[in-house]
Amino acid sequence: MMRLPAFAYHAPNSAREVVEILAGEGPSASIVAGGTDLFPNMKRRHQTPKTLVSLQDVDELRGVSWQSDGSLRIGPGEILRALERDADIGNRLPALVAAVRSISTPVLRNMGTIGGNLCLDTRCNYYNQNYEWRRAINFCLKCDGDTCWVAPGSKVCWAVNSSDTAPVMMALGAKLRLISPRGTREVDAQDFFQNDGIDYLAKKPDELLTDIEIPDQGKSRSVYLKLRRRDAFDFPVLGVAARIELDGEVVKNADIVINAVSPAPTRANASEKALIGKKMSDDVLAEAALLAYKPSKPLDNTDFEYAWRKKMVKVYVRRALEHIRSSFLI
Amino acid sequence: MSQKKPNYNLIGKSPRKVDGLSKCTGVTKFADDLELPRMLFCKIHRSHVAHARIVSIDTSAAEKIPGVKAVLTGKSLPISFGILPVSQDEHALCLDKVRFVGDPVAAVAAIDEDIAFDAINAIKVEYEPLDPVFEPEEALKNEVPPIHDYGDDGNVHKRVSMEFGDVEKSLADSDEVFEDIFFYEGNTHLAMEQHSSLAWMDPDSRITIWSSTQTPHYLHRAAAKVLEMPPSRVRIVACPNGGGFGGKSDPFNHEIVVAKLAKMTNRPVKVTLTREEVFYCHRGRHPVLMRSKMGVKKDGTIQGLHFETLLDGGSYGSYGVASTYYTGALQTVTYKVPTYRFDGVRAFTNKAPCGPKRGHGTPQPRFGMEVQLDKVAAKYGLNPATLRLSMMQPKDSITANWLRIGSMGLSRCIEKVVEGSDFNNRHGKLPRGSGVGIACSSYICGAGLPIYWNNLPHSGVQLKCDRGGGVAVFCGETDIGQGSDTVLATCVAEVLGVDLYDIRIVAGDTDLTPVDLGSYSSRVTLMMGNAAIQAAERARELLAKAVGEKLEVPGSRLGFAENRIFDVENTETGVTFAEGVVLAESKFGTIGTVGSYTPPPSPGRFRGHGVGPSPAYSYSAAVVEVSVDEETGMITVDKVWIGHDIGQSINETLVIGQVEGSVYMGLGEALMEEMTYRGNRFGVHKIPSLLDYKSPTTKEMPEVVTYLIEEPDENGPFGAKEVGQGPLLPIMPAVANAVYDALGVRVDEVPITPAKVLKALSNKDLRHGPTRFPDLKITEQDRMRVKTQEEGGDGRSDKPFDRKKKKEAVKP
Repeated sequence: MMRLPAFAYHAPNSAREVVEILAGEGPSASIVAGGTDLFPNMKRRHQTPKTLVSLQDVDELRGVSWQSDGSLRIGPGEILRALERDADIGNRLPALVAAVRSISTPVLRNMGTIGGNLCLDTRCNYYNQNYEWRRAINFCLKCDGDTCWVAPGSKVCWAVNSSDTAPVMMALGAKLRLISPRGTREVDAQDFFQNDGIDYLAKKPDELLTDIEIPDQGKSRSVYLKLRRRDAFDFPVLGVAARIELDGEVVKNADIVINAVSPAPTRANASEKALIGKKMSDDVLAEAALLAYKPSKPLDNTDFEYAWRKKMVKVYVRRALEHIRSSFLI
Repeated sequence: MSQKKPNYNLIGKSPRKVDGLSKCTGVTKFADDLELPRMLFCKIHRSHVAHARIVSIDTSAAEKIPGVKAVLTGKSLPISFGILPVSQDEHALCLDKVRFVGDPVAAVAAIDEDIAFDAINAIKVEYEPLDPVFEPEEALKNEVPPIHDYGDDGNVHKRVSMEFGDVEKSLADSDEVFEDIFFYEGNTHLAMEQHSSLAWMDPDSRITIWSSTQTPHYLHRAAAKVLEMPPSRVRIVACPNGGGFGGKSDPFNHEIVVAKLAKMTNRPVKVTLTREEVFYCHRGRHPVLMRSKMGVKKDGTIQGLHFETLLDGGSYGSYGVASTYYTGALQTVTYKVPTYRFDGVRAFTNKAPCGPKRGHGTPQPRFGMEVQLDKVAAKYGLNPATLRLSMMQPKDSITANWLRIGSMGLSRCIEKVVEGSDFNNRHGKLPRGSGVGIACSSYICGAGLPIYWNNLPHSGVQLKCDRGGGVAVFCGETDIGQGSDTVLATCVAEVLGVDLYDIRIVAGDTDLTPVDLGSYSSRVTLMMGNAAIQAAERARELLAKAVGEKLEVPGSRLGFAENRIFDVENTETGVTFAEGVVLAESKFGTIGTVGSYTPPPSPGRFRGHGVGPSPAYSYSAAVVEVSVDEETGMITVDKVWIGHDIGQSINETLVIGQVEGSVYMGLGEALMEEMTYRGNRFGVHKIPSLLDYKSPTTKEMPEVVTYLIEEPDENGPFGAKEVGQGPLLPIMPAVANAVYDALGVRVDEVPITPAKVLKALSNKDLRHGPTRFPDLKITEQDRMRVKTQEEGGDGRSDKPFDRKKKKEAVKP
C-alpha cells in the first residue's frame, strides 16, 4: 500500500489560530478538512505539505443557519452528509443538495466537507497518479515537471475543476468569506475560481474560508446535472448548474455554469444571454444549449472520450433547462 | 428431466460455507494479515521506461539508508521462469532488459515500509532506450528490435493454424458467407485483495512462502528452480485469496523476490503490492482483434467457420500460448460447426503481460461468434434463439476439432431464459431505445492436460478419520472465494454422512497436502470432487466392513447419514460415526485413505490438441435487457436472465453466487472496463487505479434471474460441472445484441461505450468497430490439417506430432 509521508499536525480550536499557524508555517503548510482528497494525494506524493492544519476541532467553521433575509450561511467545515440530510436545504436549494448527494460515496461524504469540495484540487489523469507513474512521463507541469501532457505546447495547466458544488455556488450567486492576517474579505463564488489548473483558486495559501453565504433564491428554480460513468464514486466529467428566474413566461435571469471540462467552472454567457427575455420554448433551449457547447473545450484528461464529452455539453445544458422548465409547472 | 436423481443429504442444498463465519467476522488470515517476529518489508523498484537495455544499476545509496537490510538485483536470480514450459521468459528481477513500465528491476528489504519506499527511490538505473512497440499490428511488422529473443519470429510469440475439414469448400457451398471483424479490449481481474507474499527460511534451511496464489504447485516448481533449492526444502502455503479470477495463477516475481530476500537476511520478508503494481502484474484478458468468416445456409445454420485472432500479449509469455489456442478452441462446442479453421497469432508488445482471466481466451471469440450469429438471424429474419436451438451440438458427440462432448444442456438453458424474459414476444418489438439480446456459450470443466507434460493425477485428496468422529481432508486446492473448501467438505460429508462442520480442511500447502494443480480452468470442483469422493468411498468401505461385522449386517446394506452408520432396512440398528471409526481403526489400524483424479484422454492427436479437451463442458445462455439513451449513447442494463447447465449443484447458493458474479464481471467488460495505455506518452498505463479503471458498482448491477439446469454429467462428481467461468461468456455478446435490438446499431467492439454507440448511430452502416484485419502471415508450413470424424479422420493431422520429442523439450 502507499503510505503517507511524514508531516507535522496541528488541530487548533479557532479560525484565528488556524490563520496564525498558516502564516507562521508559510506555503509548506496546508489546511486539512475531511482529508478525503488530500490524503490520497499525499500518498501519491503530488501534494506534500510539511504541516497540516486540521479544521476538525474548529466548531465555528460548522453549522447551517438561515438568515432573516432568506439567505443561508453554511460553515465550510460542515460535512457533506449533514447538508444532504437537511430537509430545509433540500426543499429550498435542491440543486445544491443534488450536487452534494452526487459527490463520491456516502462513506466519504461522512468525512468530506462542503468547503473541501469547493477548494478541491483540480484533477487530471496525468496528475492523479503515484510518484513512480509520474516519473515515467517525466512528471507534468502541475507537479514536479515542465510539460502539460494534455496539451504539450501549452504554457498553462489544463487540470480540471471537478467540484460538484462549485458550479452550483456560482449559479446560485453565493458569496465566500475569507480571513487572513490581512483581514477579512468577501468574494463572489464567480471570482473564487481561476482558469488555471495550478493556480485554480483566488484563495491565497494563508487564507481560510470561513463562511459560505447563499442568497435568497426568490422564485427562481435551479438544477444540477452531473455526467459520469457510474452512479457513485466518480467525479464529474461534466457538471451543469443552472438557475432561471421567470417574469411571467419570459426568462428574467439565467445562470448557467459548466464544470469539469476546464480548470474553472465556466459561465455560459452566450447561453444566458440567449435565454433572457424569451419564453423557454424548445427552440430557445436548443439554441442556448448549442451556445454552451460551442466554446467548451474538454481535453483528454478525464474518463471518457473528450469529443463525446463536448457533445454532451449540448445535451446536458438542454436537459438542465428542460428540467427547470418543467419544475416551474409544478 | 427423465432420469431420477439420488436422494442426497447435502448435495444441491445450500448449507453455509465452511469458512463463512471466519470470513464474515474478519478472522480469516489473508497473506497480508500475516506477521512474523522480526519481519522485514519489501518494496520493488520498477522500470519507468517501456523498452530499454539496462546499462547499470546503482544501489549504493539505497544500501546506505539506515534500516535497509538487503538490496537485490536480477544478477542474484539469473534463472528464468514462467508458467508454461515453452515460455520461460521471466526473471524475478530484470537481468539485462526492461520490457514495460512496471517491470521489476530491483528490490529492497527494510525494517519498515517507509524506509523500503525511500530505498527503492534511491536506486539509480541507467537505461539505453530501445524502440518500443505498443500495438500488435505494429509488432507483426517486425520493424523494431524484438522484445524477446525467442518466439515464432520477431515479436510474434506464437503463430497457430489448424484446419478441421475442408473449410474453403464449406464456405463456397454456403448460401452466404458472413465476414465480420471484431475487437475485444483487454481488461483486468480487479480482485479486491492485492497480491501479497511472506517468506521465511527456518534455521534448517527450509523456506516457506505464504502467498495469495491460485496455483501453489506451479509456484513450488518455479520457486525451487529459480532459488536453486531442492523442492523438498521449499514449502508453499496458499493463503485464502481475496479473489483470483486468474490474476494469481502465474508464479510471480515478487513471490520469488521475498524468498530470496528472506534467504539473504535470515529474517521473514513480506511484500504487498500496491494497486498500481497489481495492474502491472496483470495477466488479464488479452486484447483480441478477430475476423470471422461464417458460411451459413438460408436457414441460418453454420456450414463452415474460419476464425482468425490477433492477440496483444503484452511483454511476457505467461499463459499466452494456451490463451492463443483458447481463442480458437471452443467455437465448436455449442453449435454444430461441420468444418472449422482457426488461425491465431500472439504478439509481444511493451505493455503489462496478458494471461488468463475468467474465461481464458474464450470470451473474445465468443463475443464475435454470438454477435455474428445475431447478424445472421437479423438478415434472414430468424428468431436468434430459435436459430441457435436449431443447430445444437449433440450430447455424447465429437466436434470438428476433436473435442468430446458429454452432457449438453444448452437447449434447456435457452428455453428457460427465453421463457423467463418473454424473449419471443419482446425481441424486435420493444419501443426504440429498449432492447433484448440473447447469447450462449460453453466452457471447460478443467483442462484435459496439465501445464507441464506428465501422466500424474491432476488432483489428490488424503482423508483421515479421527476416533472422535472428526474427518480431516487434505488437498492442494486453493479457496479463492469460490468456495472450493466447502465443495471439498461437502463431497466428503455426503459420502460419509457426517456433519459438514465436523470436517477439517487442510488446503493449498505443498508440505502437507497432495497436489491439486490449482484454482484455474474451472477444474477444481470436477477434479478435486472426484478425488474426494474416491478417498471418502475408500474410507466408507473400511468403516462399512468393520461396522457390518459388529452389527452382523452386510456392508452394502449400511447407510451413512446424520453422523450415524446404520442398517438401511432397520434404521434403529446402527452406531455413531465416531463408534464406526473406532471399530474400523481397531480392525484395520489408522483410518487414512487417498483419492486422485486424472482426466480421460482426448481423442485429438495433433499438435495443439491439448487446449480445449475437458472431462465435461458447461453451457450457459443469457438474455440481457437494456435501455439506451439515444442522445448520449449511455446504456443501462435493466435485467439479466441467465440459464446455466451446472450438471448438478454441489452447493446451490455458491453456484448462484458464481453465476451472479460472472454476470457482474461480464457487464463490466461489456460496458466499461479497459486496460488502456498511452502509447504516445512513454507507454504508461492510462489509469492504474481503482477509481479511474472503471468497473461497475452495486448501483449499476441489475436484477439477475438465474436458472440452473441440472443434467448430471457422468464425469462430474455427483454429476457436477463448472460454474466459475462459463456464465461470464454470454453476457458481453448479449449486451451487444440487446443494443442492436434497442437502436439497430452494431458495436462490434468491447467495451460498448456511449461514444461508440453514438458513432455507430452516425455512421452510414450503423456500425462501429474495426474495419481492417492484418495479414497473419500464415505459411503453408504453419498450416495443420486434420480430418474431422465425419470425414473418417482419426484425430491425427497431416503434420507428424511427435509427443516424445515434445516431452523432452518440456521436461518437468
